[in-house]
This record gives sequence, C-alpha cells and structure tokens, in this order.
Amino acid sequence: MIPSLTLPSLIITLSFLSGCSGPQSILNPAGPSALAVSRLWWGMFGFSVTVLLVVMTLWIYAMRRKPRPLTEAQADRINQSWIIGGGLVLPIAGIVALLSFSIPMGYRMLPLPVAGQSVPHIDVIGHQWWWEVRYPDTDIVLINELHLPAGTPVDIHVTSSDVIHSFWVPRLAGKIDMIPGRTNVLRIEADAPGQLLGKCAEFCGVGHAHMLLEVQVHTPEDYEAWLEAYEYE
Amino acid sequence: MNTNNETRKTRDALHDEFLKVWGNPRGWHALTIVNHTTVGIRFMVTGGIFFLIGGLLAMLMRTQLALPEQDIIEPKLYDQLFTMHGTVMMFLFAVPVLEGLAMYLIPKMIGARDLVFPRLSAFGYWCYLFGSLILMSSLVLGIAPAGGWFMYTPLTNNVYSPGPNVDFWLLGVTFIEISAVSAGIELTVSILRTRTSGMALLHMPLFCWYILVMALMIVFGFPPLILGSILLELERAVGMPFFDVARGGDPILWQHLFWLFGHPEVYIIFLPAAGIVSTLLPVFSRQPIVGYRWIVLAIISTGFISFGLWVHHMFTVGIPQLAQAFFSMASMLVAIPTGIQLFAWLATLWTGRPVYHVPMLWLVGFLFIFMIGGLTGVMLALVPFNWQVHDTHFVVAHLHYVMVGGMLFPLLAGLYYWLPHFSGRMPSDKLARWGFWLTFVGFNTTFLVMHLTGFLGMPRRVYTYQAGMGWELPNSVSSVGGFIMAMGIAMVLLDIVLHFRFGRPAGSNPWGADTLEWATDTPPQPYNFISLPDCPMRHPMWDQPDLQTTIAEGHHGLSEIDHGRRETWGSDPVSGAIREIIHLPGNSWLPFYSALALSVLCISLLTRTYSMALIAVVASLLLLLSWSWKNCVYLEADSAVKPGYPPLHSRTFNGPGLWGMVVTLLADGALFLAILFGWLYLRVVAPNWQAPDTAPLAWLPLLISGVLLTVATFWHHFIVRRLRAGRDDHLQGQLWGIAVIGLAHCCVFIWAWSASSLVATQTAHDAVIAVILMYQLFHSGLAVIMTALQAKRVAYGYVGKTAPYEIAVVKPWWIYTNAVFWLSFLAVIMLPIAWRSA
Ligand code: HEM
Ligand SMILES: [Cu+2]
Ligand SMILES: [Cu+2]
Repeated sequence: MIPSLTLPSLIITLSFLSGCSGPQSILNPAGPSALAVSRLWWGMFGFSVTVLLVVMTLWIYAMRRKPRPLTEAQADRINQSWIIGGGLVLPIAGIVALLSFSIPMGYRMLPLPVAGQSVPHIDVIGHQWWWEVRYPDTDIVLINELHLPAGTPVDIHVTSSDVIHSFWVPRLAGKIDMIPGRTNVLRIEADAPGQLLGKCAEFCGVGHAHMLLEVQVHTPEDYEAWLEAYEYE
Repeated sequence: MNTNNETRKTRDALHDEFLKVWGNPRGWHALTIVNHTTVGIRFMVTGGIFFLIGGLLAMLMRTQLALPEQDIIEPKLYDQLFTMHGTVMMFLFAVPVLEGLAMYLIPKMIGARDLVFPRLSAFGYWCYLFGSLILMSSLVLGIAPAGGWFMYTPLTNNVYSPGPNVDFWLLGVTFIEISAVSAGIELTVSILRTRTSGMALLHMPLFCWYILVMALMIVFGFPPLILGSILLELERAVGMPFFDVARGGDPILWQHLFWLFGHPEVYIIFLPAAGIVSTLLPVFSRQPIVGYRWIVLAIISTGFISFGLWVHHMFTVGIPQLAQAFFSMASMLVAIPTGIQLFAWLATLWTGRPVYHVPMLWLVGFLFIFMIGGLTGVMLALVPFNWQVHDTHFVVAHLHYVMVGGMLFPLLAGLYYWLPHFSGRMPSDKLARWGFWLTFVGFNTTFLVMHLTGFLGMPRRVYTYQAGMGWELPNSVSSVGGFIMAMGIAMVLLDIVLHFRFGRPAGSNPWGADTLEWATDTPPQPYNFISLPDCPMRHPMWDQPDLQTTIAEGHHGLSEIDHGRRETWGSDPVSGAIREIIHLPGNSWLPFYSALALSVLCISLLTRTYSMALIAVVASLLLLLSWSWKNCVYLEADSAVKPGYPPLHSRTFNGPGLWGMVVTLLADGALFLAILFGWLYLRVVAPNWQAPDTAPLAWLPLLISGVLLTVATFWHHFIVRRLRAGRDDHLQGQLWGIAVIGLAHCCVFIWAWSASSLVATQTAHDAVIAVILMYQLFHSGLAVIMTALQAKRVAYGYVGKTAPYEIAVVKPWWIYTNAVFWLSFLAVIMLPIAWRSA
C-alpha cells in the first residue's frame, strides 16, 4: 500500500506547492468569490484527508489484527457502535458542518441588490466560438475581451445566440451557463488591476478549446477613462 | 463401496436426463440458447470487449493531451473520442457487465434453474449486441456522435449537428436501453418470485438485495432518457420542437430528462459493485456480514435518494437558489447509507478473522479509490464549490474515482472471486498481484493529479491546451499513469487467459463461501441444480456442508424430469413459500429474430428510409406477437404434476407473467410521468411557451372515446372475475366484444385527433400533445390486439377455465391504458381550461 501511494502523493504535493499560482488557477484567487471558494476547498481538503486516513488505517488495522474471541453480545455491541458512529453520526455531523458554511457562502455570491450602490452590468453573448461583450448605455461592443473596474461588483448578464456555452473567469468566481433564450446573471468582482483569463466551460463544438476571453481589470479611474476614450473612437 | 458406486450411477443418470431437457445446442443453433448462464457470460464477455475498446479510446485521448498544443488528433476526432469513450463505458460496458453478472449469479444464489423469462434474457442480449455494433460502426465510419456523453441540445439538434452522428447515439443507445430495461424487469421478477422453498426476503444473500434495488432503479430510471432520446430524435427527424426555444421548447428540458436518468445510473452501476463487496468481505472475514438489516435499509434508501439528486449536475444552469439548496442537501444525504455500508464492512473485518486472497487486494483498492471519489462527491454537492469546478478536469477526476473505484475495482474483485466458478480453475497469484498493483498505481497516477489540473483551470472536453498555464506537468503525469494502468489491465487479461490452460483445478467451493451458487458444479451445468433445496437460512453452504452432494443426488425438490419440462419453483415474494411450478420455455430463434428485426428498424431510421422502417415495424410486431403465442401453456395430459406438488403456473391467476406485466407497466408509467413532467415543465418554464387561445382538441369526441375505453376495461375486469369464480361460458365471444369496443374507442380517438388543429411541427405545445396522443394510441391499439389474440387462443383451447393465466396478465394493461387516458385528458384538456379561466 505505502510505496504505491508515495509516488502520486509526492507528485501532487509538489505540484500543489508549485502550481497553485497558475494564470487560471482557482486556488490563486483575484476576487472575493474565488477567495471564498478557495478557503472552502482548503477546509474540505483537510477534513477529507483526515477522514480518508482514519478510515484506511482502521480498515488495514482491522485486516491485520487478531481479535480476541468475543461473545456474541460483545461482538454485537462493537458492531452497533461502528455502524451508528461511522454510518450515521459521522456523515450527519459532516453534512451539517459543510452546509452551515456553504449555504451562507453561496447566498453571498448571488447577484442581490447592494444597499446604497447600483451595480453596473455588462452583457456577454456567447457565439460559436467567440464572445460578444456589450456595455449597455454605450455603443461599446467588444470581441473576446472584457474590461472591468477593480474593487467594485459587476453583474455579468449572459446569454447565447446558438448553443450552450459557459462564462468562467476562474480567478474571479464560479461559472454560469449561457443558454439561448435565457439570461443568467453572475456577480463578479476583481480585487486589483491586471490581466485575467476567461474560458468557455461548457462543451460547445469543435472550437470549444479555443474559446478564450481576455479580461482586463483597470483602476476605477482608468476604467472611466477607457469607457470615455472608447466612446470617442 | 457398493452404495457409493450406486449413488454415483444415479447421479450420472439424473445428469444425463436433465441435460436432455436443459442442454445447450452447438453450432448455429447456439444462437437460440436462452439459458441464463450462457446469456450472462455473453453479456460479460461482450461488455469486457467494450471496456477494452473504451480504454483504447481513452489512451488515444491521453496521448493527445500528454503535451500542450499537439495535433496528433484533430478536434473533430477528439470530440468523437470522448463522447464515445463515455458512452461506451457507461452504456456498453458498466451496465451490461453488471447485468450479465447478475443474470449469471441470481438464479444460482436463490436456488432457481433459470431466470423467469429466459427468452427475454436472450432478447436483451441480442438488442445490446446489435445496438452496440450499430453505435460502434459510426466510429469506424468516422461519423460518431460528438456532443459528449450527455448530448446537450441545441448542440445536438439538426442545426448544429447535421449529419447522422447524433442519430447513431439516440437510436443506438435507446436500443441498448431496451435491453437494460428488459433485464431490469426480468431480474426483479426472478428475485421476487423464483426463490427456492423457504428463502424469505431476509434470507436472501445481500447481493440479491443489491440487484433487486438496481433492477427496480433501471425500471424507473431508464425511461426518462428513453423518452428524451425519442423526443430529440423526433425533433431532429421530423421537426417537432421540444427543445427549440424559438418555438416554445426549452433545451433545459433535455438536461432534466437526461439527469433524471443519469444520476440514478451512477447508483445503478455502484449498487451491484457494492453488492460484490458485501458478498466477498464476509467470506474472507470468515463470519457473516455485520448489520444485514442495516445494509438492506441502506440499499433501499440509496435507491430512493438517488432519484432526488439529479439537479446537482445542473447547478450552473441558473436554477432558483432555493432549489439549489434543496438538491445540495439531498445530494449529501447519500453519504449516510454509503457510510453505513462502509462501516458495516469495517465492522465485519474488525470482528472477523480475515484471510488473504487476491480478491481482497482489489477490495482494499476499491475502498481507497471509492472513498476519495465519495469525498470529492460531497464537495461537489456544495453549490459554491460546484460553480468553480463544474466541467473542469476536477470533475473528470471525481467521476473516474467513483466509476473506477466504485465499479471497476469491485468488479475485478468479483471476477477473481467467481473465476473458479466460471471455469473450475484458479488464477495465478503472482500475475494477479502484478495486475492489481500496476492498475492501482497507474490509476492513481492518472487521476489524483487530475484534481489539480482542474484547479489550475483546465476545462474538460478540450482537445488541447496552450503552454504556460501550468497544465503541462500534470497532464504528462496523467498520460504516463494511463499507460501504467493499461499495462495492469493487460496483466489481468493475461492472467485470465492463461488460467484456462494452466490454472490448478479449483475443486468445490474453493473460498469456503456461504451462498448457494457454490452448490452448483463448477463450471455450472445449464440446469444449475438437479434438485432444489429448502433454504430458510442465510448461509446454506456454511450450515449444510454436504449440500452440493445432496442436491446432485436429487434428494431435494423438483428432481423429476421425465415430463420433459424445464421447471423451477415459483414462490411467495415475501416468505418464499412455494406457490406454483414455473414451466420455463426452452431454446428459441424468436429472441434473435426479433432483435434482428428491431435493428433493421434502427438502421432504417438512421438512414431515413421510412418504407423500410415500416416493414421492420410490422416484422417486429409479428415476431413479438408470435412470441407471445408460443408460450408454455399446454392443456394436454402432459401438464400433470406429481401428486403433492403445487400446480403449474399456467393454472394460476397470479403467476410470473402477471408480475412481469406489472413491472413492465411500472417502467411504462415512469415514461408517461416523464412526458407529463415535460408538458408541465415547458408550460411553466419555457421562455417562449405558446398556447393557442382555443382548445386544440374538441373535448366531446375525446370524452366519448374515453367512455368506450372505460367500458372495455370494466368488461375485461368482469370476465377475469368470472374466471376466478370458475365460469368461462361465452368467454370467446366476450373477448371479441371487448376487442370491438376497444377498436371503436381507437377509431373515435383517431377521428378526434385528425379533426384537431394541431400542427406538431409548429409549437412545442402541439408537439407534446401529439406525443401524448401517440402514446395513448399505442397502448389502446396493443390492448385491442392482445385481447383479440386471447379470443383466438380461447378458440384453440389454450386459454380457459383450467388455464386462466394469460387473461389475468392482460388485465393490468387495460387498467393502465385507461388510467393513462384519463390522466392525459386531465392534463391536456381540463388543466388548460382551468388555466385559461384563471
Ligand atoms: C482506463 C482508464 C481510463 C482513462 C485513462 C480514461 C480517460 C478519460 C478521458 C481522458 C476523458 C475525457 C475527459 C474530458 O475531456 O472531459 C474521459 C471521460 C470519461 N470517462 Fe474515462 N477513462 C478511463 C476509464 C473510464 C471508466 C472505467 C469509465 C466508466 C466506467 C469512464 C467513464 C468516463 C466518462 C463517463 C467520461 C465523460 C465523457 C464525456 O465527457 O462525455 N472512464 N475518460
Ligand atoms: Cu465552449
Ligand atoms: Cu449525480
């Protein structure tokens, strides 16, 4: 058992240490939603590894140990406590704990109205195999690029003109499907100015692998300037 | 010494006599075999071959993904590869292999001689084989489906996927699903009605419980996808717009129908595999399983829960938040029954005295891999996390941990465990260990890092990726791991092939198992048991070590064979008390020909040669009807049974046929509910739903037609009651009368339909109504045909007071048809009136 696990676990640890910072890595968050999810992940990771190790150890120990002879009643008692402890208490406690984290977290990610602030929105329309980005109240129409202000929430209104696509900027937030005939809304927020990458996440035909979106995050002032400059162009 | 010789002689004589009745023909006639042992092995071998093909496709994909920006495989082909890999693994490998194993084992475990509908088993196999060949031919022709194994529309409609690619999937998979559903029906009825004397439900080996729940899940779970496939095919071929937003359809309906099937499918695959674990562990722990009742409860609740989870595959679709929270919670609930089983297994090991054999290795591998898959599954059920990793390689890793850990590893454990049963020989320990370790290490190398690949942002279903994302290393590692795993599988294969030649003879019951399948010969004879033992206990082989001998010497029930009938016990579903003797049909060409006719239908639909399709429909119908004609009812003197025995099933009202009919109607009902779901769903959710201002169908003619149907149903009910009271005067005339009324109902119905303003290709509204009408007409028509055939059979003297069995089988069909009519009337006529006035 042990030798077989060392290789893959070594590889995964090494690459985790080195690789979490990739340009499209969800463990390298650049916005509050992605940050929350990456924290959630590390918590769940710790919990899962513990459960896995404990159960595997128990199992392997159970296979090797020589039990002393038990009376039927003793055996029954041991068995009951295994089943109730491991089969009922453990999963129920785990579920309650996980849900009590995740439901409020999911709620906070929803595009709800923000008090004292109007959330700007941008329309993104999926095509085979490119992104059409429209800034409402302006004539700006972009292809395969999205410009955002840093530090403010923005609602992305997505739909599709043909098949189903999915809007995903991994370092900012989760994904939302772009479905013909419907408009879905995703709230995103970027912490700081910089370059980010987006990718279509729902298989949409032969061009799916190349359906990329460049995301440019500006400071709020630069963003305003960009909007205006664009209008005059 | 002398007595020993004597018993040997009677034993051989009995064997020869039984073989005359039960023996399998050779050569061409092998195509007529209906015996469950042969059919089960055919299923498993065919499924195994598809596993290798699916694996080959996977290796091609891993080669392409090994390095960034490679163009060994172009995107068009890559899309076909992952679609076919997923489809092959799920539909052509996992389900059929497990069904095959169940078909092979179940009768032996419950002390029966065959499954209850042997011709249906054979039919299922041929449907599976032909359907698979049709599907695979598309890959050879380079026109394989390429929309992913869940075939989301609009990508798969005829605008974005012109050409026959998607049709291959829709028609081929539906064909294969017919096979799955027929196996589901057959296994359900076999487990409930053919257990040997005294085997109560709670005496059954746990494996039977797992298979019972799996079979019922197939019965309820497959129809939504069958419906979905039919609708999508109708949209593609005829232009009926179920999923087209512009005309009032909704592509999300497809996703609901698919996952209504797709999620239960995962448990349909996992449950039998868990059943293997629950069978093997106690044998190797040298003690009964701990918590039998707990496990039964866990199996049943898994079955129920798994139908309430499908939306967790659709968290990114934009479903209302409350629903998301509900499905998130429901998804996590499966952790409870799974946990119960896990800890019951652990407790079994803990208080047992485990011994080591190769199958145990695979079980430990199973535990490790499946635990990881299960834990990432719980994570995926958390909505915010799901939004991030959905459709990335994290999910690919998760699903392989679940499928390979939860299915392949237990399956291989089972393969090693039952290998001596299949062949009478033991595999080699050394090769087997090599096979295990290579597979285990290879698997984890491939898929453990793939979680990371997903975190780094790599979506699934991409044929290549750019350098510089950090995806290069993990992908290369995965590809290397894939090849290590392939070597492991090759070792296992080699071991199996070699063992047929070099394996040492296994003797009887080599593992010291407790269940009845080890009381047969190894390899088993087609009749399984010369005599059928009483079995009011959970561990017959542990409690009665000489069982194998006493069975073979004919000391138990039903050991007479001079009547030339294939017989097995029919018993009470709960207590296992004997109720009747089931007379099983023998070998027949009908299953083969029927499946052949259906595959001609499938091909002609694919090539859109509708005249050919019509011929094929008629041919299939004729074949299936002649199948129902040639059953095991004999009125002649040779139907006599030994004094003291219960009657033959054809002399009863509540035989296996009735149970088969009812379970079939459960599947049928699931399909109908899926239609109603679609109707209500589109009405409420579709963005551009268009309903006409005036009712499209006149209610009065429909009402008249419905009343006629109800009259026919009641009349039929009435003659069954008279038969029960032992009266069959004017039976033939009455049956004709019912058929005529039924025919009148059909005519009025068709007239009402043709006078309506429905244009099925115009709006989803009209299209769904048209489907409901077609469904009704199909059932009404078949009711009429079956009743007319019964009238003929009365004339021939096959059916009557002494053999009332078949009329009782037709009765539920009438009741069902009637129920469908009034429910549809409510949904299509009454509900819109209420809506319009509201
Ligand atoms: C032999 C080892 C296997 C390897 C190397 C392998 C590899 C792969 C790869 C590369 C993909 C494509 C992922 C993507 O781009 O989305 C895939 C998808 C898939 N695999 Fe496997 N696989 C293996 C075994 C299995 C088994 C045993 C099963 C099921 C019993 C299975 C079921 C699936 C399914 C359902 C998909 C999804 C297909 C789709 O996206 O439409 N695989 N696999
Ligand atoms: Cu895409
Ligand atoms: Cu699911």
